[in-house]
Amino acid sequence: MAAISKFVRNPMGVIGTGMLLVVVCVALLAPELAPYDPQARLQVTPADILAPPDAQHLLGRDDAGRDVLSQLLYGARVSLIVGFTASFMSMIIGTTVGLVAGYFGGRVGNALMRVVDFLMVIPDLPLMLVIIAVMGRGLLNIILVIGLLGWTYTARLVRSQVLTVRERQYVLRARAIGASHMHIIWHHIFPQVLPLVIAQAVLDISVAILEESSLAFLGLGDPTLISWGTMLNFAFERAISAQAWWFLLPPGFAIVWVSLSLILIGNTLDQIVNPRLRSHHLFDARRMVNIQNSG
Amino acid sequence: MKQGNYLLRKISFAAMTLLAVVVFNFFLFRILPGDPVRLIIHSPRMTRQAQERIQTAFGLDKPIWFNGERLRQGDLVGAFDTQFTAYLRNLLRGELGISFATRRDVSDLLKERVWRTVVLVTGGDLLAIFLGMALGLVAAWRRGSRLDMGILLGALFTWALPTFFLGIILLILARGHLPVGGMATPGLKPEDGLKYWLDVGRHLILPTLTMAIVYTSEYLLIMRSGVMEVLAEDYILTARAKGLSTLRILRDHALKNAMLPMVTLIALTFGYTVGGAIQVETVFSWPGLGRLMYEAVQKRDYPVLQGTFLLLAVSVILANLLADLLYTLLDPRVKAE
Amino acid sequence: MALLEVRDLAVDYLTDRGTPLHAVEGVSFHLEEGRSLGLVGESGCGKTTVMMALLRLLPQEGRIVGGQVLFEGRDLLRLSEAEMRRVRWHQIAMVFQGAMNALNPVRTIESQIVEALTWHGLARSVQAARQRAGELLELVGIPAHRGRQYPHQYSGGMRQRAVIAMALACNPRILIADEPTTALDVMIQAQILELLEGLQRDLRLALVLVTHDLGIVAESCDEVLVMYGGVVAEYASSDAIFNTPRHPYTQRLLQAFPDVEEPGTALASIPGNPPRLDALPPGCRFEPRCHRRLQVCAAAPPPAIEIASGHWVSCYQAEAEP
Repeated sequence: MAAISKFVRNPMGVIGTGMLLVVVCVALLAPELAPYDPQARLQVTPADILAPPDAQHLLGRDDAGRDVLSQLLYGARVSLIVGFTASFMSMIIGTTVGLVAGYFGGRVGNALMRVVDFLMVIPDLPLMLVIIAVMGRGLLNIILVIGLLGWTYTARLVRSQVLTVRERQYVLRARAIGASHMHIIWHHIFPQVLPLVIAQAVLDISVAILEESSLAFLGLGDPTLISWGTMLNFAFERAISAQAWWFLLPPGFAIVWVSLSLILIGNTLDQIVNPRLRSHHLFDARRMVNIQNSG
Repeated sequence: MKQGNYLLRKISFAAMTLLAVVVFNFFLFRILPGDPVRLIIHSPRMTRQAQERIQTAFGLDKPIWFNGERLRQGDLVGAFDTQFTAYLRNLLRGELGISFATRRDVSDLLKERVWRTVVLVTGGDLLAIFLGMALGLVAAWRRGSRLDMGILLGALFTWALPTFFLGIILLILARGHLPVGGMATPGLKPEDGLKYWLDVGRHLILPTLTMAIVYTSEYLLIMRSGVMEVLAEDYILTARAKGLSTLRILRDHALKNAMLPMVTLIALTFGYTVGGAIQVETVFSWPGLGRLMYEAVQKRDYPVLQGTFLLLAVSVILANLLADLLYTLLDPRVKAE
Repeated sequence: MALLEVRDLAVDYLTDRGTPLHAVEGVSFHLEEGRSLGLVGESGCGKTTVMMALLRLLPQEGRIVGGQVLFEGRDLLRLSEAEMRRVRWHQIAMVFQGAMNALNPVRTIESQIVEALTWHGLARSVQAARQRAGELLELVGIPAHRGRQYPHQYSGGMRQRAVIAMALACNPRILIADEPTTALDVMIQAQILELLEGLQRDLRLALVLVTHDLGIVAESCDEVLVMYGGVVAEYASSDAIFNTPRHPYTQRLLQAFPDVEEPGTALASIPGNPPRLDALPPGCRFEPRCHRRLQVCAAAPPPAIEIASGHWVSCYQAEAEP
């Protein structure tokens, strides 16, 4: 497909994909790669608490004497699971709402868009904090909260695209010959909507990962799992005065790594799907006159 | 009148949203297992006086939202004598409950802390708007150049950075040079005058800088794409044909046109900004609303949580309304004839 | 000395693939004060490129690679960008194709006219500039008080007139109008043309009208430059072009336009397509579609021959009877 070749030629896209693959491999192979089981109960001596990096522990040890590197590797799993699942949920909800609101319009459409506006106005993090504080900490709750609040942008995007496509010639013709709504939506409208949705979904994954890490940092992560956000929560509360940078920095950089990879991919996809003009009127005009004088 | 209609719609939407938030806020905290409000009554930390006060103020002996019994008695108005109406009444009086942890009035806590967050958010956002717009403009103008690429990559990188992590990094870097926590050095009080305020200022530097860096990228990216679109429009070519210099065109045509959508953007991101404030205040122990929320989460202090959320949500809703109103004043295409 | 004299203008467009497209070659013409020149040709024949090149307003890929543009004796192509900015609008002004969008939607019409005046230092004060803007609007038939309105409050025809008013703000010597009447209805078209003719008379304004509509040219132009595939096919007075066209392309072009006096004749279209700039024929650019082509036509591009005073034709058979 033309889109794939365009993607491959874009350095941002390629780098982003590479970065993401690294994370995915780490997540999948964590049990193989991690030198220690991060959740194992350990016999530790006081010297092991917040020990700096050495040959046995490449990233040192945390406030309970556990190996930071192993935790880091396992942490990738939570981020990716939350990111992909929540984003997938947002994608489904958002696309459905956008299609219905855009295609059928009318009072249902308006009502749906009011709901979208309403959700967009409410500040995300405070709302999530409050819901999780009430519903309880847990991976499922986090995924639900992020997914159920994150679909609004996709819905708006899909709706405006549907409104445009709906008035195109081939759709009007299909309606004239009596094609059913499902048929039109599936065959004509959906293919025009899907590329935009996918580009947006990739960016949504990075947002979901950032949101999960913020929630975890603030103390609302799943207590039974290691995530980069919870590592930072412990690190911030217990390691900062000891200046244990090996505990503080790696999880944060891991978060940056994965979300940057997704942003690069998402940005590239966006450029392919929404091609922008390559130049504008305000360029340096000094090279416009290029007369080669001969003698 | 088109303009009047538009305003009316926006105001009624804001009102409905406010109402929905209020209702949501009420019901969310009632579905907790072991209703927290009831928990207060039995909490050993509460004095008898406080317990009774809460009992009556919150109408805990009444049904939650609909009083069927009173209705059966033929009392229509009494049908609404419920916890929910008690809640609404309290809200209008500014009564938001009592903090579990500190036994102080929630509204007092909020009043005390609100200006601290306002200062932080305003400073950070203003700086971010200025930087974001300036860099976005330059990047769009010098589109495709290495400067543009550099600015773009910087913005994308910053966007990928969690707000709290940036705070942690700055904290580590600035240790020893700038104060890294709290609002003022212990010992200094407002009575100490200028010395105190300068100290507060120094404590404000890192948190404000963190906010500014994070939100600059948001504004930068939108400004950049907005300006790129504007610069490709026909009227820019006309401006060049008029003999105007590039700087003049940027100032008098590009900037003005690209700034219009920024107004709504600033309001839209305000919700996001408030979320960032929570993280920044936590990292730097800045005693504002964000830090309050964090502490309330830690201590399961539900009344404070409820009150803070309400205040933050209302602020964002109002900010959005304000932006909508401002937009109608600025965009001549929306103005009626 | 002619007001404007263009000699052998050549413009290329750079491409991703490396070899530039020779969009315009060997274009020469001149313009006197108070006269009007019609630049005609099909879409893509290079007439807009020539126009933009005069003011050095080509898009980013455009390169002027040869020739001279002598305005009052000075070669504009040798000026610095800063000097050029002083010539633009003040000496030579332009009304673009689709002028409806040439106005900034969030600024008043008046402010955009005032901008031209103040930039070129032609107003003693902002008050005076606004006054002048009002006068200009009245000149084109728009009530002065409407200057304080925004473009979206004007109709299409009004916007076109406003753009002309704006173009006249600095009393230019030359006004270039690119398709000034396309996308406007016939009544408005007539109004605009009348307006332009009037201005030409009253202000001694030299006019360059770029169009594909021969009817307009016949109406309003003193001289005509017929372009095809980036080169000049024929260049002569309006009378000569319409009564004694010598270039085969010009002849076919005239046949393609309906003649009121002979309503029954079928319209002739020219078979084939204009040349692709990346696959130009080695000889005359019209040769593949020419009904009178000879072998020599495909060998090398024909030189421009002056067959009568002021009548130039680029054809090997220029002197032969049609």
